[in-house]
Amino acid sequence: MSAMTLLFNLTMLVYLLATVLYLVAMIGKHPLAGRISRWVLVAGVLLHAGSFAVRHSSAGGTPVTSLHESLSFFAWCLILLFLLLDLRFRLSVMGAFASPLALLLMIGSALSPAVVVPLDPMLKTWLFPVHISFAFLGNAAFALAFGAGVMYLIQDRMLKSKRFTGIYQLLPSLNTLDKVNNTCLNFGFPLMTLGIISGAVWANTVWGTYWSWDPKETWALITWLVYAALLHGRMTVGWRGRKAAIFSIIGFLLLLFSFLGVNLLVNGQHTFKVFTEL
Amino acid sequence: MNIIVVGLSHKTAPVEIREKVAFAPTAMAEPLRQMLALPAISEAVIVSTCNRVELYAVSRNPDAAVFELKQFLAGFHQLQLDDLNEHLYTFEGQDAIRHVMRVSASLDSMVIGEPQILGQIKTAYGYASEHKSSGLILNRFLHKAFSVAKRVRTETEIASSAVSVSFAAVELARKIFDTLEDKVVMLIGAGEMCELAAKHFMNNGISKVLVTNRTFARAEKLADEFGGTAVSFDNFREQLHRVDIVLSSTGAPDYVLSADKMKEVIKARRHKPMFLIDIAVPRDIDPLANRIDGVYLYDVDDLQGVVQANLKGREKEAAKAEKIIEEEIIQFQRWLSTLEVKPTIVALRQQMEEIRQAELQKTLSSLNGLNDKERKAVEAMASAIVNKILHQPTNILKKSQDGNDGDLYIDAVRTLFALPESTGSNAAAELDDN
Repeated sequence: MSAMTLLFNLTMLVYLLATVLYLVAMIGKHPLAGRISRWVLVAGVLLHAGSFAVRHSSAGGTPVTSLHESLSFFAWCLILLFLLLDLRFRLSVMGAFASPLALLLMIGSALSPAVVVPLDPMLKTWLFPVHISFAFLGNAAFALAFGAGVMYLIQDRMLKSKRFTGIYQLLPSLNTLDKVNNTCLNFGFPLMTLGIISGAVWANTVWGTYWSWDPKETWALITWLVYAALLHGRMTVGWRGRKAAIFSIIGFLLLLFSFLGVNLLVNGQHTFKVFTEL
Repeated sequence: MNIIVVGLSHKTAPVEIREKVAFAPTAMAEPLRQMLALPAISEAVIVSTCNRVELYAVSRNPDAAVFELKQFLAGFHQLQLDDLNEHLYTFEGQDAIRHVMRVSASLDSMVIGEPQILGQIKTAYGYASEHKSSGLILNRFLHKAFSVAKRVRTETEIASSAVSVSFAAVELARKIFDTLEDKVVMLIGAGEMCELAAKHFMNNGISKVLVTNRTFARAEKLADEFGGTAVSFDNFREQLHRVDIVLSSTGAPDYVLSADKMKEVIKARRHKPMFLIDIAVPRDIDPLANRIDGVYLYDVDDLQGVVQANLKGREKEAAKAEKIIEEEIIQFQRWLSTLEVKPTIVALRQQMEEIRQAELQKTLSSLNGLNDKERKAVEAMASAIVNKILHQPTNILKKSQDGNDGDLYIDAVRTLFALPESTGSNAAAELDDN
């Protein structure tokens, strides 16, 4: 096993461990397990960063071109942002959402071809890493907003219907969930905006045009508009709570589609290298 | 040595009886002194709460002790034992241990898991140790019971849910707002339950209270009590947008707050959530308000529903608690059985015998060329030393059992000679076999 796959597999294992620990913390109600899994995730993020460093040196550039690499990078951003969020809100429940999601992304990544493709000369520019870093960090923030949104809707449903199931005890207050949603939006939106702008600038240097209505660009724009609407609603008329949660969920579903659906269904500039060659 | 419990509780006696046998917390010295003076009893603790009165004692003669304790309880309160007897329960030995542990862990309470009882028993124990009526066994036993109660509290979820309407309301508010510190409560009308709930909210961090009432003077009086502000009934609706939690209990026959009004209010406060608690019957707030985004409306039945569900949850947890208690009973009994004279003497002899054997072997193997006679003499000397040393302590131990502080001697011997706890009970079992 090469150092690259070794690090990758180790990371996956660590995320699995964190997932199990978070579930134990939630279902078995062991807060200690939650505190331990936080540190397990810190280890995971570092290992994961290591695997990217190795990949970077063997690819000779930013290693986020194939589906394998993108999913893995998404997972890394997700865990990194979750840990930052956890610093502020201490949300083990979110961990129970973020670590399995990261694990899932890693499994998806492991199932797609892992060959290191030599970088297209077009990708050998400083704008490429900037573009994908912004884009994926934004995605990760919106994934967390989505998680908080789902939890909000569940909790809201239970409080309204006055029927409480086991999960009720585990969920943080509505107010906390709304704050998490807001924080993620406040981080995610600028990141996504910068991702789109840096992408456009880069497109201009490569193709001589800022925007070419490539399907991925179009869907990303639609997604951006949804989040822009939410941010605007939040700031002007005080949208919050349920409405904000629903918007974050719709936004993330659109985002998933533009990230995965477009790549798998339609052909365009953003198509992953390995798949077009297959 | 037997632990004995004689008492009555809400399960066996109505309040008319309970109040007659209650002991005043300010005057515990006398009853404790009298109880300790009973001939069959060597240690005494009295627990007296509004739901139970219980006497904990230690005795070598359980039958006599139970009779004396009953006499004492009736006599002290100038009651006829015949009238009292049907309400009394008595427990001895393992059953007494189980009972006290269950009471401390709040498994025997009217509301299972309520936290007060442990404090009350601790206070009762405090009086007893202050007046030196508890001794070696009850001291150790009650500390054990306290730690068991703590274990039950941390290892089960027996007390993790609210089981009164007021607490349920506070808990729900926390689930909506997280912290209550900067929240504003408005009381509409002045029912008793409403005031109680308001007090609970204040105890949980709420500092700002608005009060409104059809009679403004009453609103002012209540506002004074809570350090809040009185608002006239005619325009309290104009203040609603800055209120997070509403507690309503007017006697009005119709809705005081319509769903339409609530829609306006929610808009005016930029959709910040509101928690409406309608304790009035007939209801004060249009139930349709619950459909508005961000409005959480609970009436009395809803809150009762939450309480009932929580109580059911507690009963489930109680089963786990019973298991913990059974474990602890076994442990405690192991210690208790070491306080018997016979096994203590057996254990002591056994230890000496082991030392004698070991030392003899050492000595004899280094002394070569002893003939049989000399050998016997050395062995006899070793035996004689052991017997002579043990003679006086054994006698004192045996005699001490006639007095009331025999357990102290046994405990001292066990500590001084570091006799392991298990040998006592094993030895006792062996004795019984013989």
